[in-house]
Amino acid sequence: MGNPMKIRAANKDGVTEVKVLVSHEMETGQRKDSAGAIVPAWFITELTAKHGDKLVLSSEFGPSVSKNPYLAFKFKGGAKGDKIVVSWKDNKGDSRTDEAVIA
Amino acid sequence: MNNQRRTVLKSGSGAALLGLLAAAGLITPGMALADWNKAAFDAKSMADTLKALGAGQPADSKDVQVTGPDIAENGAVVPVGVASTLPNVTMVAILIEKNPNALAASFVLPEGTEANVQTRVKMGQTSNIYALVKSDGKFFMATKEIKVTLGGCGG
Repeated sequence: MGNPMKIRAANKDGVTEVKVLVSHEMETGQRKDSAGAIVPAWFITELTAKHGDKLVLSSEFGPSVSKNPYLAFKFKGGAKGDKIVVSWKDNKGDSRTDEAVIA
Repeated sequence: MNNQRRTVLKSGSGAALLGLLAAAGLITPGMALADWNKAAFDAKSMADTLKALGAGQPADSKDVQVTGPDIAENGAVVPVGVASTLPNVTMVAILIEKNPNALAASFVLPEGTEANVQTRVKMGQTSNIYALVKSDGKFFMATKEIKVTLGGCGG
């Protein structure tokens, strides 16, 4: 399941800015451990954000996104108190969904 | 629920390329993740990545901005942003030319979402970063070189 994401969403002048900090190792599959064995790739492949039922962002990540990925984006609309739901899925089939309220 | 973005991403040569690879036995169907555009993320060179994204040869545009540091001390965490003033931007992608796989991330922007995305990426070495933007069905691109003091992909 992973640790919870940190999500901040703030509405200003009709535009909502969403910032997401995901807790994930994001192993590239290129690194070797101290014994010289390759550390298998483990990274988030997909991340989606919804405002209510409406999809506001859908992204696909490769292993070259940094450890504990950070993401910021803006969409028109949204009001204080609305819910933002962010979900991710990784290449091992793990997933997590967290939500935040627009401030 | 995500059907629309599949059509966007896999329209063009992406799906065809994936099909070809599968047919040639290079990747077995079970290996490919359900939704993820494996062809694009596995492509090594810029040209192959663009092909897999169905972008062909994007035109350089002043209306696309890549933001990031000129010098990144730590290649493991390089803040990169893409912004564009072009109309009807439906897709944004970040490509790093000299990484083992050029494509770092791609974003599908539904209507109402602004063409302004920031994230953090890993860079193995000093390289050009490309921001690819799809506006009104056409692809545009912008470049920025980021110098890396300490690579983020090695062991």
